[in-house]
This record gives sequence, C-alpha cells and structure tokens, in this order.
Amino acid sequence: MFDQTLAKTIFGRLSWESFPIHEPILLVTFAVVVLLGLGILAAVTKYKLWGYLWTEWFTTVDHKKIGIMYMILGIIMLLRGFADAVMMRLQQAIAFGANEGYLNAHHYDQIFTAHGTIMIFFVAIPLVVGLINYVMPLQIGARDVAFPFLNNFSFWLTAAGAILVMISLFVGEFSRAGWLNYVPVANLQNSPDTGPDYYLWALQIAGVGTTLSAINMVATILKMRAPGMTMMKMPVFVWTALCSNVLAIAIFPVLTGAFALLMLDRYLGMNFFTNDLGGNPMMYWNLVWIWGHPEVYVLVLPVFGIYSEITSTFSGKRLFGYSSMVYATVVITILSYLVWLHHFFTMGSGASVNSFFGIATMVISIPTGAKIFNWLFTMYRGNIRYELPMMWVVAFMLTFVVGGMTGVLLAVPPADFVLHNSLFLVAHFHNVIIGGVVFGLFAGMTYWFPKAFGFKLDPFWGKVSFWGWVVGYWLAWTPIYVVGLMGTTRRVRHFDDPSLQPWFVLAAIGALIIGVGIVAFVIQIAVSIKNRDKLRDTTGDPWDGRTLEWATSSPPPNYNFAFTPVVHDLDAWYDMKDRAAQRPTAGFQPIHMPRNTGMGVILSGLAMVMGFAMVWYIWWLAIVSFVALVAFSIAHTFNYDRDYYIAADVVTDTEDQRSRLLAEKA
Amino acid sequence: MATPSTDKAETSPTFYLVEESGHHHAASGGSTLLGFWIYLMSDALIFATLFATYGVLSTSYAGGPGPGELFELPLVALNTAFLLFSSITYGMAMIDMEAGNQRATQIWLAITGLLGAAFIGVELYEFTSLIHEGATPQTSAFLSAFFTLVGTHGLHVTFGLIWLVVMLVQVGQRGLNADNRRRLVCLGMFWHLLDVVWIGVFTFVYLLGVLR
Repeated sequence: MFDQTLAKTIFGRLSWESFPIHEPILLVTFAVVVLLGLGILAAVTKYKLWGYLWTEWFTTVDHKKIGIMYMILGIIMLLRGFADAVMMRLQQAIAFGANEGYLNAHHYDQIFTAHGTIMIFFVAIPLVVGLINYVMPLQIGARDVAFPFLNNFSFWLTAAGAILVMISLFVGEFSRAGWLNYVPVANLQNSPDTGPDYYLWALQIAGVGTTLSAINMVATILKMRAPGMTMMKMPVFVWTALCSNVLAIAIFPVLTGAFALLMLDRYLGMNFFTNDLGGNPMMYWNLVWIWGHPEVYVLVLPVFGIYSEITSTFSGKRLFGYSSMVYATVVITILSYLVWLHHFFTMGSGASVNSFFGIATMVISIPTGAKIFNWLFTMYRGNIRYELPMMWVVAFMLTFVVGGMTGVLLAVPPADFVLHNSLFLVAHFHNVIIGGVVFGLFAGMTYWFPKAFGFKLDPFWGKVSFWGWVVGYWLAWTPIYVVGLMGTTRRVRHFDDPSLQPWFVLAAIGALIIGVGIVAFVIQIAVSIKNRDKLRDTTGDPWDGRTLEWATSSPPPNYNFAFTPVVHDLDAWYDMKDRAAQRPTAGFQPIHMPRNTGMGVILSGLAMVMGFAMVWYIWWLAIVSFVALVAFSIAHTFNYDRDYYIAADVVTDTEDQRSRLLAEKA
Repeated sequence: MATPSTDKAETSPTFYLVEESGHHHAASGGSTLLGFWIYLMSDALIFATLFATYGVLSTSYAGGPGPGELFELPLVALNTAFLLFSSITYGMAMIDMEAGNQRATQIWLAITGLLGAAFIGVELYEFTSLIHEGATPQTSAFLSAFFTLVGTHGLHVTFGLIWLVVMLVQVGQRGLNADNRRRLVCLGMFWHLLDVVWIGVFTFVYLLGVLR
C-alpha cells in the first residue's frame, strides 16, 4: 500500500502497463527505432561529433543553420507521418466484410490522429518555416534575423513538441480524437488516458515556438531589408512569407487559448467544452478552426512564393503581374480569417451565417485564380527550362486547380451538408496540401539546395521522386474522391460494402507509389552527397537567379554579405548582373554578429520534461522543471554579452577565396 | 552610413553599401520594440479568445450562482484603481528614466510593483472568498470562463511583477544603460496593455455582469 502511494508520487500514472508491450507492431517499431537510435548515437560518439554538433548546430543562432535543422526535422517527421498513412491505406484496402484488417479500432484511431497532427504541425510547418528561415534573410540582403536567439529557441520548442509526439508512440498512447483533438472525444470522461494530454502539451510547446518564430520573421522583414528595397521591391517569396507570418501571429494565440481551455477542462475539471454544467463543445470547434483554416494559408502562401520565384527564374522573365500577385496575397491573408465556419456548416448556425461563410470561401478562389494566371503568363513566351523545380511547378498547377475547384464545390453549404466528413473532403484537402504545399516544398528544396550546400541535387533520382509523387498522388486520391462522392465517411476502419474495395486497393497502390517518391528523395540526397564534386556549383548562382540570395557564395558565409547590397529593382540580382555591378574585393570591415547560446536547447528541454511530467501527472517533476524554466529564463536576461565581431582579415580571407573561385570559373 | 543612390539614370549606381566600422548590430532597439509590440498583439488575441469564450458562456450558470450574486463592485473598483494608478506611476518611472535619474526611476518602479502586488492580493482575496462561497471554477461554464479570463490577466500581472523585480536588480547592477532602458520600455508597454485589458474585464465582466 505504502509502496503504491510512493510509486504514484514518483511516477504519477506512469507504470509498466504504460509501455505497449502487447502491441507487436509497436514493439517491432520500437526495436528498430532503438537500434537505429543507438547506432546513430554510437556513430556520433565514435567520430567525436558531439562537440561539433553542439557548437556548430544545436547552439547556433545562424538563420541558415537553423533553417537546415528545421528542414531535417520536417523530413524525419515526414517519414513517420507517411508510415502512418501507409498503415491506414493498407487497413482500409483489406478490412472488408469478414476481414477486420490488422489494426484494432483503438490503434487505428491513434494512427489517423497522429498522421494529421504530425503532417501539419511537424512536417509542413517545419519545412515552410525552415525555407523561410534560410531564404528570406538572404533575399532581403540581411545578415541574420531580427532576434537570432529567439530563432534558435523557436526551433528547439518545435523539436521538443515533435519529440513528445514521438515519445507517445512508445510510452502511453496518442490522442484518438482526430488531428485537432476534437471534443467531446477528447474530453476527460471520454478519453481519460494520456492521449489528448500528449497532444495538448506537444502542440502548446511547438505552438509557442511557431508564434515566436512568426514574430521574428515579421520584425525581420519590416526592419532589416537592404537599402533601396521598398515594400514593392521585395521578392514575392518575402511578401508571401510576410503575409504568412502575420497570419500565423493572428491565429496561433487562438489555438493556444483553445488548447489551454481544454487543458483546464482536463486537469482542473472546468466546464468549457464538456457536455454538462453549461459547457459548449462547439466553442472548441469554432476556436480551433479560427486557427485551422488560416493555417492552410500560412502554409500555402509561402509556397506560392516559391512557385513565383521558380517560374520567373526558369522562364528567364520578370514575374508577370508582380503587384497583382502582392495584392492577391494580401487579400487571401485577410479573407482566410473569415471562412472558418465552413468546416461545420452542419453545426446549424442558420442560412444567413452559412451563406456568409460560403460566399467568403468562394471569393478566395478569385485571388488564387489570379495567381495561377500570373504564373501562366510568366511562362508565356518565356525561355522555359524544364529542370526539376520547374517540373514541380507545372505538376502543381495541374493538380492544385482540381483541388481548388473541389474546394469551391465544398463551399456551397447545401452540397457540404451531403459531403461533410466524407472522404470527398479528405481527398480535397490532400489534393491542395500535397498538390500545393508538398509539391512546392520539393520544388523549393530542389531550387535552394545548391545555395545551402554548394552542390545541386542529383536530377535522375529527383525525377524518380517527382514521378513517384505525381503519379502516386493521382492514383491514391482519385479513388478517394470517387468513394467520397458516393458517401463514404472519413476515419472508418472497416467497411461492409465489398463494391468499394477496388477503390481502396487502388488508393493503397497509389500510396505505395508515393512511397517510391519518398524513398527516391532520400536516395537523391545520399547520391548527391556522394557525387557532390560532380554536382558542385562555385558561382553561387547555379540557376541564373534573379533575387539577392544568388548574389552571395554557396553556401553563404555566416555573415551572408560582406557588404550589404543596395537594391534598385525588383529583381535585384538580375539587375546587378545586367548592369555589371562589381563585387567589392577590398576594404572589408569587422562584422558585428550574434553569439551562439545553448539556452534555447536548455529551455526547450525543460519545457519538454515539464510537458511529459504533466502528461503522466508526475507533479513534482512538473513543478521542478517549471521553476527551472523560469529560473533559466531570468538567468538568461543577466547575460548582456551577446555578440562579437568577425575580424576584418577573416572576412577578407573568406571573400578572397570566393574571388578565386569566381575567377577560376571565368 | 552612406546614402544609397536610387537614381536609375546614373551610369553606375551604388550596388554595395560600403559601411563604416561600428556598423549597427542586427537586433537593434528598433526591431526589439516592434517585435515586442507584435508579441503584445498576439497576447491581446489570447485575451480576445478568452473574452469571446466568456461571451458565449457568460449565461451558462448550470443552476449555479450568477454574476449579480457574486460580484462585489466596490472591491473591484478599488482593484481597478490600484492598477490604473500603477500605470501612472510606471509613466513617472519612464519620465525619470528619460531624464537619466536612476534613483527616482527605481523608486517609481518600486511603487508600481507595490500597487501591482496590491492588485494581485485583492484578486486572490476575491477568488478565495468566491470559492469559499461554493462558486468554484468547476461549478459552471460561466464560472470556468470567469476564473480563466480574470485569472489569466492576474497571471500576466504576476509575470509583470517578477519581470519588474528582475529589472530593479538589473538597473541596480548596471544602471540605465541602453539594454536596460529598452527592456523598461518593453515592460512598460506590457504593463499598460494589462491596464487596457483590465478596463475590458471591468466593463464586460463586472459592470455588465451586475446589470444582468
């Protein structure tokens, strides 16, 4: 008895039963993860890389390295999220009639929840934030972001959230309430387990990181542009990054608030979203979707920026309709905040409310359509080079337009009453997210990879990856559109109607072809690293680019630009090349830079421990880590010595080396 | 700093800014104030969320007590006065900071802190007496929303008090240097925002509550 109380005090509700040893699938996964993890740790220790990783990467405040870390996080989590996707596809392909499939309902529900949560919060967001982090400061000719330490801290908060989600795979369980952790399923009485708590703590921690990062990027764009770069001379990617981050600042606090209220319900027994004592579950739906709908624009706007940059570069032309592109972006930003209710027309808010939100939703397609035409007119009579980034752009336009049209269809309230929660809806948002966001992220990664590493990605494996994704996408999701239109609902583990089975088998084959695309992408990176000397670019401008990131070396020195560029034209670097601007080769000054700090890792680590302790009701650990979190934060403010100078001769050496490389090429 | 030439007609315009030494650091004060202001707006949105939730749930008494039976306006009025005066005294601290009077700045900051602490004290007293009367956050959705909205504001004030103590120590250690002045301006914006939010709380929760 005493032992039990003691164990409860020390471990909260964590016990041997919390480890899913009875689930063979999880056990095998766990074994593989442990072996892989130990292998990596052993390799890092053997080659004495810990010091290097800590000083050069983990503690870095360099926006470029932080950007790369975001990308690595996103790609790792993509593998996890995709594994979940394949499991669902296999289950739905075989679970017909007498066959129950291989996943029980309890496990299956966690998988679809984890898939959505991971793909949005820990794949799409890190990849988009990572690209913005890497590219945007270079495009505006800045040396770093406005708050370099905050940038590092934001990354580690996001990583801490991702790690918490991964822990839930092996210790306890994840939420079964859908990717936005819907009440009433996520209420304490319906889910007394750790699932929704893991969800809430992981996303609160990562969400703070995303909000801080967004504030940082907006301040950077508004305050740190190179001289001459007026708002209407900013590259489109910078404009879309600005709008996306402004939107993120406007929505993430609402999500934080909604999650905090659900936490109060679950931990303190309050009644915000409960079914009794006056609680209102639909309030939760409203709040999370006030975040949720703009969030897709937070993701897709920067990706529209990527498409714009690539279309213009690979068509060898200035972007068609730059100002209309900017205004379209701003209009989408504002409208996206006014459409959240279309996610639950069936709530019963009445004809007039539904009409408003339906029409507002349809109106968004106008600025989006304008963008498509702008890209087409940019290509028109351009000197198009169909290299990989451009191939992604064309695949995007063909795919995304279909997703946009099914979106307008769903925006019609009477149609939505039929299609609500159907697989047609699921196919629609995968259509726009894969066809829009994912294709664009691959385009962006292919486009800017040589900037970050100094060599191009291997085109052969890139094309395999491209066709895998494009063919796989269409094969996986067209059948889902069809069964959805016939009335099949989402989040279903088992079907009775055998006539649906061929569609799900086709979809599973499609998912496997997407898998080929993902594997090819990983191979592409490995092959490119192996052949890096053959793929090397010494000019810093491998695609004949038009914006400032191509004005510096690849990879750029940690100070980005020895002398800040002066902007005279929208396509600043093209203008410089056109008028034969001479890069100064002498007279370098010491450069003032922010110093690395381990505080981001420490604070995020403590936040993660606190989250874990709260999930398992280990109150003492939660209190200790919270107090430590506050203490370390305060201690950090007593450090006034946060920057240093890069000596002039170091700058001179670096720049001389670049001059030599440029001369060799010529 | 050299002024960049933007004249296109010129044959060879400046394409690189040749800086003099002592170039400004990336995170200069201007970005910090802008960044902090944006953060405050995001914080305001958290309060907006809580206000909206309170608005939706403010009549969901679930058979429990309503605002008319619970709220004591004189006490809340006293508390409002504490907080509003603390904003004035913070303003006095800023005037002295601009004038470079370190001692006077510290005294005004200390007075601000005392007023803030008094505010928190009265709020805690109000909360404990409500809970004592059986009006707990678990009683009804209305009370959940009430305690959360008012309590979140109170937590912010508490956080502001901790920050204020830290600033008193740092001003004591390093004086009114540029870093500390910038931080005091940020804390000031934070403190005044809490005032604005409180005016909303006082009006929408307490005044409208007793009218119900």
